[in-house]
Amino acid sequence: MNYSARIRKIFFYGIMIVGVLLTILPFIWMISTSLMPTGMANHYPPVLFPKETTFQHYRTLFTQLNVLRYFLNSLIIATSVTVISLVFNSMAGFAFAKFRFPGKQKLFKLLLSAMVIPAQVTMLPLFLMLNRMGLVNTYWGIIIPGLASIYGIFLIRQYIMSIPDSLIEAARIDGATDFYIYWHIILPLAKPILVTLALFTFMGAWNDFLWPLIILTRDSMYTLPVALANLMGEHVQDTEMMMAGSVITILPVLIVFLTLQKYYIRGIMLGSVKE
Amino acid sequence: MKSLVAEEKYRWSTAYLFLAPAMAAIFVFFFLPVLAALLMSFTDFDIYSIGNTSNARFVGLANYRNLLQNPLFWKALRNTGYFVLVGVPLSIFASMFAALGVNSKRLHFRSLFRLSYFLPVVTTLVAVAVIWRYIYHPRFGLINYLMGIFGIQPVDWLGNPHWAMPALIIMAVWKGFGYNMIIFIAGLQNIPETLYEAAHLDGANRWQEFRYVTLPMLAQTTGFITITTLIGYCQFFAEPYVMTQGGPLNSTLSIVLLMYQEGFRYWRMGYSAALAFILFGIILIVTLIQLRLQRHHEL
Repeated sequence: MNYSARIRKIFFYGIMIVGVLLTILPFIWMISTSLMPTGMANHYPPVLFPKETTFQHYRTLFTQLNVLRYFLNSLIIATSVTVISLVFNSMAGFAFAKFRFPGKQKLFKLLLSAMVIPAQVTMLPLFLMLNRMGLVNTYWGIIIPGLASIYGIFLIRQYIMSIPDSLIEAARIDGATDFYIYWHIILPLAKPILVTLALFTFMGAWNDFLWPLIILTRDSMYTLPVALANLMGEHVQDTEMMMAGSVITILPVLIVFLTLQKYYIRGIMLGSVKE
Repeated sequence: MKSLVAEEKYRWSTAYLFLAPAMAAIFVFFFLPVLAALLMSFTDFDIYSIGNTSNARFVGLANYRNLLQNPLFWKALRNTGYFVLVGVPLSIFASMFAALGVNSKRLHFRSLFRLSYFLPVVTTLVAVAVIWRYIYHPRFGLINYLMGIFGIQPVDWLGNPHWAMPALIIMAVWKGFGYNMIIFIAGLQNIPETLYEAAHLDGANRWQEFRYVTLPMLAQTTGFITITTLIGYCQFFAEPYVMTQGGPLNSTLSIVLLMYQEGFRYWRMGYSAALAFILFGIILIVTLIQLRLQRHHEL
């Protein structure tokens, strides 16, 4: 390798590594600050690696600030949305992919064009509706707008369309009902897309902020992001504890993502070729 | 043996059965509220109407007229425009740059680089805001410390009306660029290797390769990314809500934040619904323009 090529290579790696530092450093700082004794974060120059560490902020969060409750709220909501919407979306996706029925094209076009409507438009009437139904400050209040998603139906439909009709026909000749076919043939074959969609839905629900902020006004119902935003107002000076709260909020989605990342990455790519 | 007609009818009814749960949910909890919001935007629906809907009166276009006369609306619109016009190109540029780097065959540990660039995408925005508020801290923050090393005066990032928006943009780009990076990588991998070989034979240098092979071949991907990113950035809310509450001096007040405040803090729901429809209109126009441009580009 000649001299200028080597310089170029060092330069290239330099930039790429600076990029890694920029994306990773805030997280490292978050973790290390969350382990600092109270007050150490308010120090100049900033400390990146504390000499003494403590778990006191995590303890405080769990014992005095009800974080376990918020964690469970988030977990229950995200899991319910994921499971229910997966069933609803896959049923509809199956119908759109493998059935002929009057109004199919029109309905599908209507759904696709509705994707341009931002969710914020629905929020005011939806709030009034759920308020009337007594669902404000309940899990259902959060779950209901996520029961089904047009995007999810679309993704599943695309995938199921690639399953050969002959498989379904053969099962029908053997006397299988449509529900049996859906449950025992379609769902197992569509597993990759279902895992991808489950991952997207779960992480989306976990990270969601605006809707839970609107529908949850009682402290005991808060999800982690809402609780964290609220905590930020009250404990703005307590940097170390806020960081511990951030770690608790981020860690579950991060673990889920890291274990299933290939499904997630594929989901993004599928979404990008849909047009 | 069932007749063919009966068989066909039976199929239809099964199809509707499979569609029913999802369609019911989407019609009742999406389409119905959209229509209700449209109606609401022509009324003076407020806190007294929540208990009794008949207290709301039809006011025609008054909400829209009031909005257009309200300086706060124009402020929010300008701020959102600022966020979109600076943030979107920056974000796309960062995504493309990262994708080119990560996709380069000269790079070892490519998946590790890709993973670390992608990490901010999957994290919770509110938690990320906590970290960034600390990074932007005027006295103890990392950025001012680093600037201090080079002798630059500290900046009160989130407390200064001129710097608050750039600070939010930097955070948003940092948080989101990894997503489009993945899409760009997919686009890059779809470019046939033979094109680069041909360019190489023609004596093209790296820049020319990028300019005349990579960039045109990525045009469709870039178009898609531009639309989705624009739509996403038009709806920015959590960043100013958590970091600045729209301040200082409303310098980070966004359309959605204004909508939230009017609707759910002051309960001026008719007014807020009108704002939501203006947001929808903006998104629709942006999408149509972008689609038109793209079609034009392909011809």
